[in-house]
Amino acid sequence: MSPKTAAAQLLAQIRYQNTIFWRTPVAAFFTIVFPLMFLIVFTLVFGNDEIGGLGVTTAQFYAPALAVFGAVSATYTNLSVSTAIARDEGILKRMRGTPLPPWIYIAGRVGSGAYLAVISAGLMLVVGVVLYGLQIFAESVPALIVTFLVGIACFAALGMLVAALVDSGDSAPAVANATLLPLAFISDIFIPPGDNAPAWLDTVASIFPLKHFAVAFQDGFNPAVVAEQSSWLGHFNWTSLAVMAVWGIGATVLALRWFRWEPRPGGTTRRRKRRSRPAVAP
Amino acid sequence: MAVIEVRGLRKSYGDLEAVAGIDLEVAQGEVFALLGPNGAGKSTTVEILEGHRIRNAGEVSVLGFDPGTAGARFRSRIGIVLQTEAIEKELTITEALEIYGGIYPKRIPARHLIELVGLNEKADTRIKQLSGGQRRRLELALGLVGDPDLLFLDEPTTGFDPSARRQAWTVVDGLRSLGKTILLTTHYMDEAQHLADRVAIISKGVIVAEGTPDGLGDRMSAGYRISFRLTNPGPIELPVGFDFSTSPDHVVAVTTDEPERTLHALTGWALERGVALVNLSVAQPTLEDVYLELVGEDAG
Repeated sequence: MSPKTAAAQLLAQIRYQNTIFWRTPVAAFFTIVFPLMFLIVFTLVFGNDEIGGLGVTTAQFYAPALAVFGAVSATYTNLSVSTAIARDEGILKRMRGTPLPPWIYIAGRVGSGAYLAVISAGLMLVVGVVLYGLQIFAESVPALIVTFLVGIACFAALGMLVAALVDSGDSAPAVANATLLPLAFISDIFIPPGDNAPAWLDTVASIFPLKHFAVAFQDGFNPAVVAEQSSWLGHFNWTSLAVMAVWGIGATVLALRWFRWEPRPGGTTRRRKRRSRPAVAP
Repeated sequence: MAVIEVRGLRKSYGDLEAVAGIDLEVAQGEVFALLGPNGAGKSTTVEILEGHRIRNAGEVSVLGFDPGTAGARFRSRIGIVLQTEAIEKELTITEALEIYGGIYPKRIPARHLIELVGLNEKADTRIKQLSGGQRRRLELALGLVGDPDLLFLDEPTTGFDPSARRQAWTVVDGLRSLGKTILLTTHYMDEAQHLADRVAIISKGVIVAEGTPDGLGDRMSAGYRISFRLTNPGPIELPVGFDFSTSPDHVVAVTTDEPERTLHALTGWALERGVALVNLSVAQPTLEDVYLELVGEDAG
């Protein structure tokens, strides 16, 4: 397959995954609308004044935090659930029987997740700017873009790892949410950092990539943090980028090793159960 | 030229030997049916030929490729109709055929396929709104989308109502006339009889009989079945030398390899005694009889 054909095939796969996504209202709601609802509710509840001790407005804290949450939903949650369901339904098996190279199919899914992450986070920032006076600082934009790309690559890999590990599409949403939501509460996404939480909780959160994604991204929107740096290079949070890269590479290696194109042997799909009939009606 | 050549194929899952030494040869343009009960090993065999499963032993050549190691070039020449419906229900029929068609170097336009399987009125309908039979016909169209030289049909009509089965058969007959080689699995005798040029009956991982659907009937160990009903239920002496069986409703039957001789003796006996042989019939063994005899209890 020539590089040109491969690129065309990849684009076609991304488009096709996007079509499926937009026609699955539940996925579209949780990835696009849900994070926006949080922004609106938080600014209604807390007002859009400065958050005590942080020196930024409610929207200046929450818009980037929820942009990260939306991006993680579009990659981690969306990819793990949709891929596990597609495997249950036999769609992965069908694809494996076509001449499409497996890596293009997987890259198509990941590319679609990345595209949706850009849409979700972009919409969040636009709403932040238009409705809540969110400030964007030009000198931190290069670092924001790199942080965002590394973050969604990391969470796309983790999403595919969850898809590889779960037994069925039924358990994928449970696993994705049970891992993401508790972490979101301790990773400066739903709750601004404060002095009340014990230090060990902070340490636990720092092991996982979500807090690194959130904090590195939020710092680019924090006027005090931005002002500390004299050059655009100073805005890069190398520690956070490294933690996300390690998680992402580890997840990629394990996902490649454990990925399955068919439901677990012995475990049949829901549909197959329904369809099976007695062998012969003598 | 053989499109499929298999020698000594074996596949185990743990302790269970699903395929226990199978030889097969399917020629270009042939419609070949693997007939057997669930769990006999026919789907495992087909999945090895498709490249979905790796065999434990044996030689396999499909279109000149080893499906265990072959890549995109092999897959672009085969079409697979899976046993299960496996398609995104959010797409329309046309979209699905265009997306999957776009993967193949050589493809049949969506509208031709839609016409071929008789889904013209549903071309722009979302798949979730289709009936079960319509979805299976779409599956058939998806199997053909890359204009394959070899088509695998894994239980193509399981769960169909009789009219949907007839429609599917018409489509497969149409493919035969296009010169496609088809390997199908089924547990319906009439389907194998109607569609296949040759049939292999598979039971417990081995092929127990192989031949044309009609030819297999001739290979019954005990051949023709002659039966009639007696009007006088009283005790009666049947001609000696035959192994008659009498059912509670006075139907007498015998199976024989020499129908002429048996009939001669029987009619002679009836004329002599003045007995009427009501509903006298001579039946050739059907593929179903062969199947049930060979597969035995396994058929349950």
